[in-house]
Amino acid sequence: MADERVVVDPITRIEGHLRIEAEVKDKTIQKAYSSGTAVRGIELIVRDRDPRDLWAYTQRICGVCTSVHALASVRAVEDALGIRIPHNAHLIRSIMDATVIVHDHVVHFYHLHSMDWVDVLAAAGADPNEAARIAQSYSRWPKSTAGYFKDIQDKIKKLVDSGQLGIFATGYWGHPAYKLPPEVNLIMVAHYLEALDWQKEIVRIHTIFGGRNPHPNYVVGGVPWPIDPNMDNALNTSRLTEVDRQIDMALEFVEQVYLPDVLTLAKYYRDWTFGGGLKNYLAYGDFSPTSIYDVDSYRFPRGVVLDFNLNEVHDVDPRDLAQIQEFVDHSWYTYDGKPGGIGKHPWEGETTIAYEGPKTFATLNVEGKYSWVKSPRWMEKPMEVGPLARLIVGYAKKNDRIREAVDRALKEIGVDITWMHSAIGRTLARAIDASLVAHFAREDMDQLFANIRSGNLATFDNSKWDPKTWPKEAKGVGWAEVPRGALGHWVIVKDGKVERFQAVVPTTWNASPRDHKDNVGAYEASLVGAPLEDPARPVEIIRIIHSFDPCMACAVHLTDLTDQRQYDVFLDM
Amino acid sequence: MATAVKRKTIYEELREQGVTRREFLKIATAITMALGLKLKMVPTVVHAMETRPRLPVIWMDFQSCSGPTESFIRSYQPSMQKVLFDMISLEYNGALMAGSGTAAEEHILKIMNEYPGEYILAAEGSLPLLPGALTIAGRPAEETFREVAAKAKAVVAMGSCATWGGIPAAKPNPTLARAVTDFVPPGVPFIRIPGCPPIGEVMTNTLAHIVIFGTLPEVDELARPKAYYRHRLHDKCQRRPFFDAGLYAETFNDEGARQGYCLYKLGCRGPTTYNACAELRWNGGLSWPIQSGHPCIGCAAPNFWDEAPFYARVVQLPGAQTTINPERVGAVMAGALAAGIAVHAAATVIAKGRIAKKPDVKALKDIEIGQ
Repeated sequence: MADERVVVDPITRIEGHLRIEAEVKDKTIQKAYSSGTAVRGIELIVRDRDPRDLWAYTQRICGVCTSVHALASVRAVEDALGIRIPHNAHLIRSIMDATVIVHDHVVHFYHLHSMDWVDVLAAAGADPNEAARIAQSYSRWPKSTAGYFKDIQDKIKKLVDSGQLGIFATGYWGHPAYKLPPEVNLIMVAHYLEALDWQKEIVRIHTIFGGRNPHPNYVVGGVPWPIDPNMDNALNTSRLTEVDRQIDMALEFVEQVYLPDVLTLAKYYRDWTFGGGLKNYLAYGDFSPTSIYDVDSYRFPRGVVLDFNLNEVHDVDPRDLAQIQEFVDHSWYTYDGKPGGIGKHPWEGETTIAYEGPKTFATLNVEGKYSWVKSPRWMEKPMEVGPLARLIVGYAKKNDRIREAVDRALKEIGVDITWMHSAIGRTLARAIDASLVAHFAREDMDQLFANIRSGNLATFDNSKWDPKTWPKEAKGVGWAEVPRGALGHWVIVKDGKVERFQAVVPTTWNASPRDHKDNVGAYEASLVGAPLEDPARPVEIIRIIHSFDPCMACAVHLTDLTDQRQYDVFLDM
Repeated sequence: MATAVKRKTIYEELREQGVTRREFLKIATAITMALGLKLKMVPTVVHAMETRPRLPVIWMDFQSCSGPTESFIRSYQPSMQKVLFDMISLEYNGALMAGSGTAAEEHILKIMNEYPGEYILAAEGSLPLLPGALTIAGRPAEETFREVAAKAKAVVAMGSCATWGGIPAAKPNPTLARAVTDFVPPGVPFIRIPGCPPIGEVMTNTLAHIVIFGTLPEVDELARPKAYYRHRLHDKCQRRPFFDAGLYAETFNDEGARQGYCLYKLGCRGPTTYNACAELRWNGGLSWPIQSGHPCIGCAAPNFWDEAPFYARVVQLPGAQTTINPERVGAVMAGALAAGIAVHAAATVIAKGRIAKKPDVKALKDIEIGQ
């Protein structure tokens, strides 16, 4: 029997536009193709702009992991111009990054991913008393009473009775891939609703430091709002204690709701070990207590692990032209007028749009170009980035905190570290990641208070704000560990303007199509060997893809080019 | 092919979820106030909630960063639980809906058939004319948008990309991106909710207005709801008294910045931006960009991405606040009033005994900070 081609487009509960095609034989996925189906061209749009404005444009790469591109961009521009920001500004930016990581992970789990594991409608058949007993057995979260779960259950029943299921209308309820007892389904639905309320709270940290969320403000040289505990219109005590309160609430929610829920889920799905894929992991590392340039102090260490070999960690250098390169052999771009065959480091990157697909299509021509996502590679090897990669690299580097957090979780589930190489392992890694990061924020906030106590109020370095102080030409790179993994922005500033800019984004690594050597990217690798019970209800595909937390607006980008404004070349098909 | 769906009113649904009559009246009162209506309107709101079923909403995202969806779920009043389970029935949304692929696409058709002329099409992101730049389910997104829009009660464009074209349409507009409002079929009303992103409460309460009153909110000549876009930020800014007094922050950590002086010299676009930030503020009324020390970048204004650099002073400074027709009056009076303000500002500086090296007419020129 010939392979059947299964198409899932759009993949929902993600950011942006992703299409997955899979070749299926005997209910097992043989091959998979990942396609980003939207492009905007932000990297072309930022050309010739003021480098101090760059963060505002790149921030709009993504409104879900909002602020992370702004962070990478201000770091890149500061790197190019030789600006060293005050310690307080570094701490505030780290707290903002931690905020988006914790927010994003919680929202990802409950609102984007949980419905791949949780049968919402089955919760209607749960016993609320039993749900309360189970919930209390694994967390001391005070809401877990029978009456509370009964109320939630009634809400679900009424929703069903109304005939207007809204966001739940199209789910794959009753699919055999769902394995939770009704009571656990009910607990997860209750926390879906709680997380919906809570997520609007933690982002108030951004509202204090950046004026709003989504899309808070940044500034090259530090942070915008000066600290002064004795001023009404500055970052004063009442503002800082709101941040403090939110960090404590976040720690509470992650440690009493999110992480225990994911551990519980992991126990029920312990044997569903599909979705591993590549065994190469990359992290730039981040969260230094002092400065982004103090790499040895990173609480998330830097490095590459190949083939799950935890005994060896390779170094990563974002400035090395030979290490990180992007390929376009199966992406709708050309390099030097050719369809592919070579890789380019972001500082030397090029993008020329070359869409060759038809206007409408039933399946992609996967022998040719089939995605707006490029293929980034490290030493010509495909990599997975993200929370799992951060933990694997940290684990291999024998980082005490990471080892302790991971080992404790694995012990509770009754598995070893190799089990993490799966969709459910990736989902657990994200929850552990959130817990670690919430603690980083707590530590950074304590340090910020200590600095202020000692009289250090500096938040901004004005010395290189004036373009007259800038070199005629300079290049910089800004990296960060963000919700979905390793993020890098590369910029060249010339004559006071952005000459070139390129972002290599976590989802670009993970969602990339095949490269010049026909190596598949992380999504494509992860689907191979996975079961697909019913092609019309592809829960398994969605579950595995969601375990990466796709962010397609991030993944798809155009690089700068020296002179590529002849858009008519691709309008003639 | 409409199936017999039992349509319940908001009141019925709330009652069935255990909300008492007394609590229901409280909710109705809170919503009345959130909509900016007088208390005497409470009975109208109550009546509407008693008689209308949940409003079907199809929310499509195009060339978007999902900022509007994210901001939407940040709404404090009404809360997202209220919005999703009591007010609207969110039938399609790429970020929140359960089903993918065929299940999702077939559901759009189902809603179009069951609720023709009754559902709201919310759209975020721009639509590109460049072939292949945005396909959904193997089709150009613009085709699907036109079809879904044609049978909608109204289209609500959420965010600056959907309303004006936004960042994809900024120079050099590599994908030939356009506002979704350019593709709305004739005869279908549309509303623009600009902002990058818009404030969550502006989006949820625009839908609340439709749910509760059964009518579209009153809009200005650019189709923006007057309740949120009537005034310039400058007119309601808490730093405005410092502007009037000629007191400015010159950089991000000087004495003026700590005092909360006006950010005009750091490039603030408050004087030319119509939005509700100063009124509603963000994330539960906590703060907003100007309060938190950063100049407004004008993200609700048409074409704002191409009016950078953001940290340079704007060329034109429209005049004082007006409620008649801000756009037109602002444009006509800009020259005369701006000159008046500059003189006033310079006079204030002199009166305070400060040394103004040159009269503050520099404030009217497009010069960069630090020069």
